[in-house]
Amino acid sequence: MSYPADFKYTKEHEWISVDGAKGTVGITDYAQSSLGDIVFVDLPKVGDKVKAGEIFGSVESVKAVSDLYSPATGTVTEVNEELKDAPEKVNADANATWMIKVDLENAGELDSLLSAADYEKFIAEETGH
Amino acid sequence: MSEIATPLRKTALNSVHRAAKAKMVDFGGWDMPVEYSGLMAEHLAVRTAVGLFDVSHMGDIQLRGPGSLAAVQKLCMNDASKLQVGQAQYSAMLYPNGTFVDDVVVHKLSENDYLIVINAGTREKDVQWVRQTIGGMPGVHMNDFSDYYTQLAIQGPKAQETLQKLTPVDLGPIKNYWFTWGQVCGLYNVMIARTGYTGEDGFEIYIPSDEPTSTRVWNEVLEAGKEFGIVPCGLGARNTLRLESAMALYGHEISDTINVFEAGLGRYAKLEKGDFVGREALVKVQEEGGPKRKLVGLEMIERGIGRDGYPVFSLTGEKIGEITSGSPAPFLKKNIALAYVPTEFSTLDTEVAVEIRGQKVKAKVVPTPFYKRPKK
Repeated sequence: MSYPADFKYTKEHEWISVDGAKGTVGITDYAQSSLGDIVFVDLPKVGDKVKAGEIFGSVESVKAVSDLYSPATGTVTEVNEELKDAPEKVNADANATWMIKVDLENAGELDSLLSAADYEKFIAEETGH
Repeated sequence: MSEIATPLRKTALNSVHRAAKAKMVDFGGWDMPVEYSGLMAEHLAVRTAVGLFDVSHMGDIQLRGPGSLAAVQKLCMNDASKLQVGQAQYSAMLYPNGTFVDDVVVHKLSENDYLIVINAGTREKDVQWVRQTIGGMPGVHMNDFSDYYTQLAIQGPKAQETLQKLTPVDLGPIKNYWFTWGQVCGLYNVMIARTGYTGEDGFEIYIPSDEPTSTRVWNEVLEAGKEFGIVPCGLGARNTLRLESAMALYGHEISDTINVFEAGLGRYAKLEKGDFVGREALVKVQEEGGPKRKLVGLEMIERGIGRDGYPVFSLTGEKIGEITSGSPAPFLKKNIALAYVPTEFSTLDTEVAVEIRGQKVKAKVVPTPFYKRPKK
């Protein structure tokens, strides 16, 4: 499992990579691995508002549905349409497979997210390893 | 307040599953593997090659003695008098109101000797039910052998070739739902049954439940199946395989609130065989014109996955039922479900709507089983 150091992480297992006022969001390697084979990704539309800590979509494996929580507040500018027909890309490379891009309203709120090191520590505690 | 944790029960293969890094879950109080290499890969291996399952959590009740047939006949809805030695049959134990205590497989071991294989989640309840129901009957001795066996299911088109490498018994002549005894992996008198819960050809073997024996046989089966692409499988694949084949799961398609006719299992209820627990209620259901609701197969026609417990609506917006099991079907590559709907909505091609997290998504009634294995 790998967690790029330049991403920020939520405790609900999403990552965000920030470039100025633009954020790119996906789910972590840990999330894809615990979900198993991903068969369905439900994402918002371009122009939709997302709010930090709130649900913006869902991802489904054969066995289960999992909500997606937004790491940041803002407006969706792009949605990864590829995932409609190829949701398994998330399993293949969770760090390189983004879900939505967001115009950030307040880049400052990202400070409360976890660093890669803190996220790894968080998973270790959660799974008891 | 803190909950008092009941320790999870473990099969003899628990440490094998853990060492193999299988994902483990609490399944009806049992610590069981839900996934090994991945549900999808495991499911496809069983459809196209062979898979190995630990199903030792299933229970086994033996009824012996001159009164054993009468006891089985009272307990179970199918007609056990039709069984020959070495034959098994799908059946169910019912409550007096015609709903399910459990669905079971009855094996006739010899004259006056029957083995009833029951579900894991209902084990204690079943054993109690059997004691209570046949308690007053003469000439029958009951034993709960649930903990005596490690039960392995070897399933898939390459199951026979895999198991054949480990036994001198000629497996070819064993017909579906028949069984025999023979040497397996050097163990004598192992029960070898051509049964399963995957909709595929396959065998279930019953070996002693000590850890070294169970581990050795597990590993030898995997080794024997290597050339055919065998994979160890978890309960996740077991569930999607049985769903594609539209086989009932206790607590989902069948329960103590669903009767035999609603579940579409009337063909296994032999009302003419004489009295059994639940018979009177079933006769009454028939006299009143049959069940008011029916179990149907649904296929999603719009984008979305209907899952267990999701409500089903008519296209005019009236709530008509609920999904009992729903999932993507890995082999069929469709999103399928079983659901109870009023009889008037059970005709093939009827369109309904499944509510998926607040949104209505269209589905239609399709024939079951969704998947039928190709005839050889």
